[in-house]
Amino acid sequence: MENKSDKNISRRKFLKIVGIGTATSAAALYGCSADSEKSGSVKAARQIPADKMTYRTSPKGDRVSLLGYGCMRWPTIPSPDGHGDIIDQDAVNELVDYAIKHGVNYFDTSPVYVQGWSETSTGIALSRYPRESYYLATKLSNFSNYTRDNSIAMYRRSFKDLQTDYIDYYLLHSIGNGGIETFRKRYVENGMIDFLIGERKAGRIRNLGFSFHGTVDVFDEVLAMHDKVHWDFVQIQLNYVDWRHASGNNVNAEYLYGELSKRGIPAIIMEPLLGGRLSNVPEHIVARLKQRRPEDSVASWAFRFAGSHDDVLTVLSGMTYMEHLQDNILTYSPLVPLTKEDYDYLEETAQLMLKYPTIPCNDCQYCMPCPYGIDIPAILLHYNKCVNEGNVPKSGKDEGYERMRRAYLISYDRSVPKLRQADHCIGCRQCVEHCPQSIDIPNELHRIDRFIEQLKQDTL
Amino acid sequence: MLRKLRLTVAILALLAVTLLFLDFTGTLHVWLGWMAKLQFVPAVLALNVAVVVALVIVTLVFGRVYCSVICPLGIMQDIIAWFGKRGKKLPYAYSPAKSWLRYVMLAVFVVACVAGVGSLAALLDPYASFGRIANGFLQPLYQWGNNLLAYFAERADSYAFYSVEVWLKSLPTLIIAGAVFVFVFVLAWRNGRTYCNTVCPVGTVLGFISRFSLMKITIDEEKCVGCHLCARKCKAACIDSKNHKIDYSRCVDCFDCIDSCTHDAIAFRVAKRPAVQTGAKEKVDGSRRMFLTSAAAVTATGLIKAQEKKVDGGLAVIEDKKIPERATRITPPGSLGTRHFYQHCTACQLCVSVCPNQVLRPSGGLLTLMQPEMSYERGYCRPECVKCSEVCPAGAIKPITKEEKTAIQIGHAVWIKANCVVETDGVECGNCARHCPSGAIQMVPEDASNPDSLKIPAVNVERCIGCGACENLCPARPFSAIYVEGHERHRTI
Repeated sequence: MENKSDKNISRRKFLKIVGIGTATSAAALYGCSADSEKSGSVKAARQIPADKMTYRTSPKGDRVSLLGYGCMRWPTIPSPDGHGDIIDQDAVNELVDYAIKHGVNYFDTSPVYVQGWSETSTGIALSRYPRESYYLATKLSNFSNYTRDNSIAMYRRSFKDLQTDYIDYYLLHSIGNGGIETFRKRYVENGMIDFLIGERKAGRIRNLGFSFHGTVDVFDEVLAMHDKVHWDFVQIQLNYVDWRHASGNNVNAEYLYGELSKRGIPAIIMEPLLGGRLSNVPEHIVARLKQRRPEDSVASWAFRFAGSHDDVLTVLSGMTYMEHLQDNILTYSPLVPLTKEDYDYLEETAQLMLKYPTIPCNDCQYCMPCPYGIDIPAILLHYNKCVNEGNVPKSGKDEGYERMRRAYLISYDRSVPKLRQADHCIGCRQCVEHCPQSIDIPNELHRIDRFIEQLKQDTL
Repeated sequence: MLRKLRLTVAILALLAVTLLFLDFTGTLHVWLGWMAKLQFVPAVLALNVAVVVALVIVTLVFGRVYCSVICPLGIMQDIIAWFGKRGKKLPYAYSPAKSWLRYVMLAVFVVACVAGVGSLAALLDPYASFGRIANGFLQPLYQWGNNLLAYFAERADSYAFYSVEVWLKSLPTLIIAGAVFVFVFVLAWRNGRTYCNTVCPVGTVLGFISRFSLMKITIDEEKCVGCHLCARKCKAACIDSKNHKIDYSRCVDCFDCIDSCTHDAIAFRVAKRPAVQTGAKEKVDGSRRMFLTSAAAVTATGLIKAQEKKVDGGLAVIEDKKIPERATRITPPGSLGTRHFYQHCTACQLCVSVCPNQVLRPSGGLLTLMQPEMSYERGYCRPECVKCSEVCPAGAIKPITKEEKTAIQIGHAVWIKANCVVETDGVECGNCARHCPSGAIQMVPEDASNPDSLKIPAVNVERCIGCGACENLCPARPFSAIYVEGHERHRTI
C-alpha cells in the first residue's frame, strides 16, 4: 500500500490537484452533526469525526491516541537536482496538520528513516505546535557503528533535528536482529544502556523502551533486564497473521504481548498492517472481510485487531497518503473492539492468507540501498502483487498461462527498472542482516529470477 | 487505369516495407517479411536465385516496374516529387541520359562488393538507404508513440502495450541516413527520378534489362500531335517527344504519360521488336564475390552513448557499462562469421530494428560502416530469440532455430581478474555462472589450497557460445569483469 510505484505517486499528485476539494469536504464534515446524518439522504458514506479518537493512558499518565503516526514512510518527490528523491515537506505538513486536528498525538521516527531525513522533516512539521501537545518517539539506530561516541552523537542529533529538549519515548532500535551478541555490542558493552537510564533520570527521556524483531531467546533475555532497566514500554510487531503465525525467525505476537501484559508493560504496535500486505490481499479475502462489514475498509480489520488489546498504548501506521490517514482515523474514532467471533473470523482469515506463497516483505527499506543497485523491496512487492492477483503460473500448461506470463513480465518492467531487477543480484548477502522479517533476500531474488527466466524462455 | 493500379500497389508496398522497419516486436515479419526478401540487392547478396530470376523476368516482360512498385526508395521519391511539383502543370522536361555517370556508379558498386567494402555497397543500395532512413527517423517516432500508449495502458492496468527504450545506436549511421535523405529529397523534389537514373545501381541494371522488355510505353506517331505534354509530365525525363522516342533504360513504367496524353497516342503494349533474352544480369549476382578484407579490419567502436537512467532515492547509483575493446567483433548467430556477414549485409537495419535486447547496432569503421555488430552493455543475446535471423533479407544472417542457436559459438567469454568484484569488493558473486545458458562457467575457489576462499569464474570456452549473459549481468562497472571476444568464423559445438 505504501509502495513507491509511479502509479501511487500520481495518485497522490492527483490528490494534490484536488486538494481544495478535499479540504472543503473535510471542512464540511467537521460541521456535520449526528442530526444531519439522520435527516433524509446521507451526504457521504465516510464522515471522519475530529473529536472521537480513542485514547489510552500509560502508567505514567500519558494520554496517547490509539492511532500513532509512523514517520518511516513520508511522501517523497523527485529531487530538483535529478538525483533521487526528497521528502515532500508540504505534503508532510498537511498530513501532520490533519492528524493533529483529528486527535493523533503520537509521532514515531528514527534517525535512519527515509534515508535519514525523517527526523528533520518530522521536526519541521511538529515544531509548529506547542511541544506539550504531542508525544515524540525516536530511536537509537546505531546499526553500522556501535561505538559509544557515535551512539551518543546520534542521540544528541535527534534532539537537534526534532527541535526539542526532551524525548517522550526513546527506543533501542530493532533488538533481535543479529541475535543477543549484537544487542550486547550495541547497548551493553559500550555502556549506552546506563547512559540512557541516566538521561531518563535527568528528564531528557521520559520513557525508555525497545523495539523488537527476532528470536524468542533475545526477547526473553532483554525482557529479563526489566528489573534493572525498568522498560517503560516495548514496541512489537502485532497483527492478526503474526498473532499465531509469525514468519521466519519472528516470534508469535500472542507470546510477545502476553509476556508484556504479564509485567504490566504497555505495548506499542508496529506493522499492524504488515506494510500494506493486510490491506492488499487476494480478491476472495477482500470479499470475505467486506461481507462481514461492508462499509469498512480491509485495513480497518487489521487496525481493530491491533487496537482491541487493552494493554496496547498506541498502534503505529506509516501513512503516506491522506486516504490512509483518514481511513485509520475513522477506524479509531472511536475504536469498535473486536468481538470473540471477530477474533475467530480473523484467525480463519489468517489461515486462508497463509496459503498464498507471498514473501513477508513489509517494504521497510531497511535492506536498502543495495550496493549493487537492486531495488529489493520493489522486486519482492511486485512478486507478492502477482501472487495475490493470480499471475504466478505454476506451469506452462496452466489455464491462462499466456495471459499470466505477459502480465508478469510487463508489470515487472514497469515496477522495477531493468538494471535494478533480480538478475543483477550477485548474492553478496549484505542485505540479509538488515531484514527485520529475516527474509533470505538473495535466495528469494534468485528464485524469482529463475522463475522469470523460465517465463521468458517459455520453459516453465 | 494502369497508373491507378501502379499507385495502389506502390502505396501498399511502401506501407508494408515501412512497417517492417517500425515494428520492433518482429511479429509483422511473419506476414510481410517477404516484402524485404523481394528487394533486388538483398536478393542478389543472399544468392536468392528464385527472386533474382523472377525480378529479371518481370523486368524483361514489363520493364522497370520494380522501381515503381517494389523499391521503397523509389516510391518515396514519387511521393516527394508529387509534393514538389504540386500546382505545376508542366513540371518536367526531356533530358539526355547521363550514361557515363550511371555506369561509373554501377562499377563502383560492383567493385565495392567484390573488394569487400561493404559500407560503400550498402551506401548505394536503395532498399538499404530507405531502411536506414526508416530505422533512424521513423522508428523512434513509432516507439515514442508506443510508449505513450504504454503509459496510458499502465494507468489503465492493461498489458496491451509495454514501453521500449529509444536510444541512439550510432550517430554516424544516423547522419549518413539523414544526408542520403536530404540528397534524395532535393533530387526528387526538383526533378523526379534523377537519383534512380543516375546514382542507383539497381536502376542501372534493371534499366539495361528493360531496354529489351517485351512490353513498353510506345508513342503512336500517327496519333501524336506533338504537344509534348507527355515529356513535360515524365518524372524520369525519358520521353523525347520531338523524335517520338523513349529511353527505356530510364522509364520506370509509372504510366503518368498515358494519362496525360489527350489524343490516346501513348500506350503500354507489346513492342514491335521482340525482346532479346539476355543473361547480362547474371554477371552481377552469379559471381561470388571474393572479399579481400582481412580480419585485421578491426576498429575501435566509437559509438556515441545516449544515456537515460534516472535514480530513485535510496538506490545506489548505477554506472553505465562501457563497450570493451574486442579484438574480434561479434556478429549474430546465423551469420556464419564476420566475413560472410559483412560480405552479404546491405546495412538495411532490419535486424537492428527488431532486436529486442538492444544488442545489435550499426558498427563504425570505414569498411563496415553501418553494417551491424553486437555488444552487450545494454542486454545480451537471449536464448529464446532468433529474430534477426528471421528477418534478414540478404542472407547475411541465415535463418536458425532456438535449438540450433544453443550450439552456435559466436564468441567466447574472457575473464578480467582486475575488474571482478571478488577482487575489488571482496564479495561472493557468481552472477556470470548463475546466468550462463550453456553451463560454460563454473565457480572455483580463488585459492586452490583453500576451498573456503571466495570463488572466481572458470570459463570452459568449448561450451561457451558467446551470448553475453555473463558480460551483461556482471556487476563490475563500467567495464565488466567478463566479456565476449567474437569469433571470425562461427563454430557449431
